[in-house]
Amino acid sequence: MSYIKPKFRHPRLPINTLGYTVADYDGAISTLCAGCGHDSISAAIRNACFLSSIPPHRIAKLSGIGCSSKMPTYFMGRSHGFNSVHGRMPSVATGASLANRELTYIGVSGDGDTASIGIGQFVHLVRRNVNMTYIVANNGCYGLTKGQVSATADLGTVSKYGTANQFEGIDIASLALLQGASLVARSFSGDKEQLEPLIRGAMAHKGFAFIDVVSPCVTFNNHAGSTRSYTETREHLDAMPLDFVPMREEIRTHYAAGTGQNVTLHDGSVIHLHKTGTDYRTNDRVAALNALQAAQEEDRILTGLLFLDPNSQDLNRNLNLATRPLNELGKNELCPGSRVLNSINEGLR
Amino acid sequence: MREINGVNNFVVKFANVNGTGSASANHLFAKAIFRMGIPVSPRNIFPSNIQGLPTWYEVRVSSKGYLGRRGGVDLMVCVNPQSMEQDIASIDPGGYFLYDSTKPLAQHLRRDDIHFFSIPLTEMCMREFDNPRLRQLLRNVVYVGALAALLNLKFSILKDLLNDQFKRKQELISSNVHALEMGYQFATENFDCPLPIRLEQGGDVAPHIRESEHILMNGNTAAALGAIYGGATVAAWYPITPSTSVIDAFSTYAERLRIDAGSGKRNYAIVQAEDELSAMGMVVGASWNGARAFTATSGPGLSLMSEFLGLAYFAEVPVVLINVQRSGPSTGMPTRSQQSDILAAAYASHGDTKQVLVFPATPRECFDMTVESFHLAEQLQTPVIMMSDLDLGMNDWMSPALEWDDDSTMDRGKVLDAEALDKAEDWGRYRDVDGDGICYRTLPGTHPDKGAFFTRGSSKDPFAVYSESGEDYVQNVDRLLRKFETAKNLVPAPKTHRPIEVKKPKTKLKLGALFFGTSASPAYEAVEMLADEGYPIDTMRIRAFPFHHELDQFIHDRDLVFVIEQNRDGQMRRLIINECEIPPGKLMPVLNYSGTPITARNIARKIRETLKTKSADVVALHPEKA
Ligand SMILES: Cc1ncc(C[n+]2csc(CCOP(=O)(O)OP(=O)(O)O)c2C)c(N)n1
Ligand code: SF4
Ligand SMILES: [Mg+2]
Repeated sequence: MSYIKPKFRHPRLPINTLGYTVADYDGAISTLCAGCGHDSISAAIRNACFLSSIPPHRIAKLSGIGCSSKMPTYFMGRSHGFNSVHGRMPSVATGASLANRELTYIGVSGDGDTASIGIGQFVHLVRRNVNMTYIVANNGCYGLTKGQVSATADLGTVSKYGTANQFEGIDIASLALLQGASLVARSFSGDKEQLEPLIRGAMAHKGFAFIDVVSPCVTFNNHAGSTRSYTETREHLDAMPLDFVPMREEIRTHYAAGTGQNVTLHDGSVIHLHKTGTDYRTNDRVAALNALQAAQEEDRILTGLLFLDPNSQDLNRNLNLATRPLNELGKNELCPGSRVLNSINEGLR
Repeated sequence: MREINGVNNFVVKFANVNGTGSASANHLFAKAIFRMGIPVSPRNIFPSNIQGLPTWYEVRVSSKGYLGRRGGVDLMVCVNPQSMEQDIASIDPGGYFLYDSTKPLAQHLRRDDIHFFSIPLTEMCMREFDNPRLRQLLRNVVYVGALAALLNLKFSILKDLLNDQFKRKQELISSNVHALEMGYQFATENFDCPLPIRLEQGGDVAPHIRESEHILMNGNTAAALGAIYGGATVAAWYPITPSTSVIDAFSTYAERLRIDAGSGKRNYAIVQAEDELSAMGMVVGASWNGARAFTATSGPGLSLMSEFLGLAYFAEVPVVLINVQRSGPSTGMPTRSQQSDILAAAYASHGDTKQVLVFPATPRECFDMTVESFHLAEQLQTPVIMMSDLDLGMNDWMSPALEWDDDSTMDRGKVLDAEALDKAEDWGRYRDVDGDGICYRTLPGTHPDKGAFFTRGSSKDPFAVYSESGEDYVQNVDRLLRKFETAKNLVPAPKTHRPIEVKKPKTKLKLGALFFGTSASPAYEAVEMLADEGYPIDTMRIRAFPFHHELDQFIHDRDLVFVIEQNRDGQMRRLIINECEIPPGKLMPVLNYSGTPITARNIARKIRETLKTKSADVVALHPEKA
């Protein structure tokens, strides 16, 4: 069961530029296990939308099936949501975005949903560059069906049932890079400081934005021997810190020269990457793939903005779609009428 | 030797090799007959292959306007040595065999009861034309020229058609016309022209055809045009014969008719998906978001779409699917026609599902029913599947011209806009306010704080809040049944035909025949043949599922009802038995599932046999009527 949260507004709660408080971005109370990484992702999505002042009703939330795919119920109750079919959310999101190019689309999926049953649709979603944010809550197992090993689980990781995984894990961030995703990031559900600005950047980006979020499953994959437990993840994390500066804020937060790197998005907003030892550049796809590979070799989890092409052409542009949403067109625009039909008849005599 | 006498009534069949350009020459022949105002129905019978295998083209001419297959062949044109033996064997006694005699005919192939016409087609073309490809193509045009002489086909019409086809390419026009003349001249000089089977313009053509405007068009093109007129803006698909040409035609028309005048941009989107799961997912997503969306597929694609069809049924998302039926799996007979997806479509998916189906029988109906499918899907908030087939979809049919009423409106069904949401009290996505099982939808992005809900399968209460309560589930799926009842009055009603008067009936039984789609035309013809023999049979053409109440009545009022269809298991018959309160024994299956469209002769033979052998059992089954 989900419960509707009581509507209670504290008089001194901060409001965003639309006059909404963060509570206006709440959803139903979560029914996931206490401590599940997915709940932190829900909170990050909610906060990101609040901070970026996106009208809740102009957001569409889409998901597949799994604990992770239940998440959209638990944030932004004022947005329409669609809990679709296991592994097939990419196609539903593609259709939805074609019907109305003006909404913000957030897709939420799991590692089973994306890397197993849905890997075909995922790859094609990436290469079509559908304008949406796609978040995978990656726990290395199937939570909802009780802890089976998933396709992203590391080789050798030990399952709840005591068996070691015999197969190579699929790295979905590398896969997205290979298929030409225009924004690729990786993060950790426990790293709110990094995850929130990443989600904001992803939503501001015009094109397909992919965030793979390590999100431990406390019930089935948080034990010793698992490579995706909270402890293991924290110990192996190489996080590249960053901030998001929306276009409206005119870089109020000043970064002294040499303190990092500014990446400007299509709409003028900026993702600021703090200076780290590595001097990572986000405009080099090959370097991103290499960095992921190198981190993996060293048993590290590299998180942050891995790649961004702010000028990519999304599907709407590639299909040369009219600027007015297709779902607003009526008989006048769509139906050619009897005169045209008569001339078509004429050609068939 | 027996002479077949058929003015404006005969069957010509062409035996070709695929990939040799025969299709356009054969089409030229059929179209010329159509231009003469004589009812004609051409059919391609082709292999699942691009080049080198046998392919046939059957042209039926019928003054009464019977466009289904009659059965049998009166004149065979054979330019394919591979299939010659079987081609010769298939000709009706007294019929004709026209062949390329560049290579002599083997003696053992000769038959005494048919006429042989030899034309050295290849040799003539070798002599006349230099270009090797042209030689191959024009060989087909030469036999059309010969047929013009043999069958009294108007030569000037052939020339007009070539002019239309090649527009200003004068060189092509003159070489084609020359080839026609070569054939024509050869036939007039060597054979007794015209034959007893021949064309006569203005002959005894049925008045319903003479008096109304007709077009020659295939069902897939008509369906595509229906999608344009029905307001479809999103098409997602995966290539599969025989449905591919629906999207091809949609794309061609949309490029012409759906470009935004100001910006030159598209008021439509077509996506070639990675598979049918995805194609259907895109349609579901687009429809959920308020666009009219559709896909087209065939057999294997329907199977892949089945999961989404279930979700769309329970989540109440409008979907339009054009299913162009063919036989069996991918290595079944993918280029052959059947009506064998009836049960798979009617109950597509998991759980208690029932899908709305419509069954077009002509290109005109493909157009009308596609438009109607978009209205129905949105009115009923459910998938609507149009059940066409290869025969209807890919072959040219003479059809009443398409018509459009400019005053018609696009019925978007029960969708609340922002204003309506402000007025609505106690709105719940799955509340049956009107008692018809159809609830009020909202679209994403409509209102800042009203009308948002979470779409999911069936675990929900009337307010779309997650619920696994048994009571909520039952209430919801019972409402879906109520909606299905409502659908009965919205879907296309069946067509009944007045019985043909029979002077001295040979039976006391009240007989009926049920059929749908491409079985209709040969069924009507068979019924007329049987009426001539003393068996009066009333007919009803089913046009939609759920079945109209009239169907129950039709069966109740008769002793024996033949269900004519093109599949092995009598799927429509089983669907009727499942859905109607009727004694199953009354329904007699009349089936054809060889992959080639059902013929009138076949239907008549099967019914005749049943009446002769089974009528005693039937009488015993319904003693009160004996
Ligand atoms: C076609 C189909 N097969 C199987 C299932 C059962 N199923 C539900 S959720 C799930 C796995 C979900 O795993 P993941 O996407 O990683 O999500 P998590 O629960 O781990 O967050 C499976 C196999 C289903 N719903 N549909
Ligand atoms: S089973 Fe695992 S993934 Fe599912 S809710 Fe519980 S902790 Fe989260
Ligand atoms: Mg998982």
